[in-house]
Amino acid sequence: MAAPRIRVKVPSSASAGEVITIKTLISHEMESGQRKDKDGNTIPREIINNFTCEFNGTKVFECQLDPAISSNPYFEFYAKVPESGTFKFTWQDDNGETYTEEKDIEVS
Amino acid sequence: MKKTAILLTGVVTLTTLALAPRVLADPVDEALTIDGQEIITTAPAPTEPEGHPFDEVRSGWLYREPDTRSMEADSFENPGMLAVERGEEIWNTAEGEAGQSCASCHEDASEFLKGVGASYPKWDEASGKPINIELFINKHREEKMGAEAYKFDEDAQKDLTAFIKNQSLGIPVEIDLSEGDMMSWWEEGKERYYLRTGQLNLSCATCHEQNNGRYIRADHLSQGNTNGFPTYRLKQGALVSLHNRFRGCIRDTRAEFPDAFSDELMALEVYTAWRGGGLSVETPAVRQ
Repeated sequence: MAAPRIRVKVPSSASAGEVITIKTLISHEMESGQRKDKDGNTIPREIINNFTCEFNGTKVFECQLDPAISSNPYFEFYAKVPESGTFKFTWQDDNGETYTEEKDIEVS
Repeated sequence: MKKTAILLTGVVTLTTLALAPRVLADPVDEALTIDGQEIITTAPAPTEPEGHPFDEVRSGWLYREPDTRSMEADSFENPGMLAVERGEEIWNTAEGEAGQSCASCHEDASEFLKGVGASYPKWDEASGKPINIELFINKHREEKMGAEAYKFDEDAQKDLTAFIKNQSLGIPVEIDLSEGDMMSWWEEGKERYYLRTGQLNLSCATCHEQNNGRYIRADHLSQGNTNGFPTYRLKQGALVSLHNRFRGCIRDTRAEFPDAFSDELMALEVYTAWRGGGLSVETPAVRQ
């Protein structure tokens, strides 16, 4: 499988204490482990099993994913920003890989 | 007096019956804007040549569920845009013996490609046939880049086609039927459109013309316009090309289905592109 593509949308600026909308999308097959290939062998499960969002090192959002989640998982959630800083997004793959992305936000 | 009353009741019942079985859910009346770009989702049907069955052509977007509609309206949320991004990379990557990429000749993709996706299929003098975006890419890969032609429905083919068509987002589809022999292909495509096939004995028109707006099981039948292809289908979780869809539809009538890019399906592409003329290119549309 090709390396996943990550798309993250965080406003570049906000006022202190504002609740902002964060959108994330990662391209991933989310192979459920239920399907069989042409020869009847089970295709092993390979999904993103965990997603976290940290702000300046503090976890603000976490989500465990199960095989029923469709491909290219998309998350939209809210976060209150008290100060300027960096959002760090982490996706954990079944195959052991971790994909990360960071976005800065300016708070005035 | 009593007799009249019964008669009246009878009339009322009959009227109710005549209306009740009509399971018809109208498409929504909503406007679609993608990244500030207005998308034309209803347009007066093309009048030349004569014989369009509808007064108004409608985008399949209007027939989809609210969730699916909003997914297409937000280009961030639209998973088809991932393919468009990959397509852009392919556009800029040199391949083949000539060591050239699409961008080597056509520098400013967004300027050069504006409207291109809205005008295909076009007449191709060299082969004496209509040519679509996929075949055009293959032709250039072989002739100009010295690269191998893409196999049908290879990811790169779908991605690059989606990228090229996405550059015409919002531009109304208009194909030129006056070029070469396009009209006879149009005629052939029309014949194919109304040809009943398979064990189920269905033609394209059975669903998309006579029953559009009705439900076939859980599926709200649209007019079957092609302005959003390659389309991101939630069912597959991937881009689906037009010829894949053609074949899928024909297969579902339990008929043998023609090869992709065969004369039969190219004729159908010419005819269906004309049927949806006036609608904006929506590639990559999101459908169920």
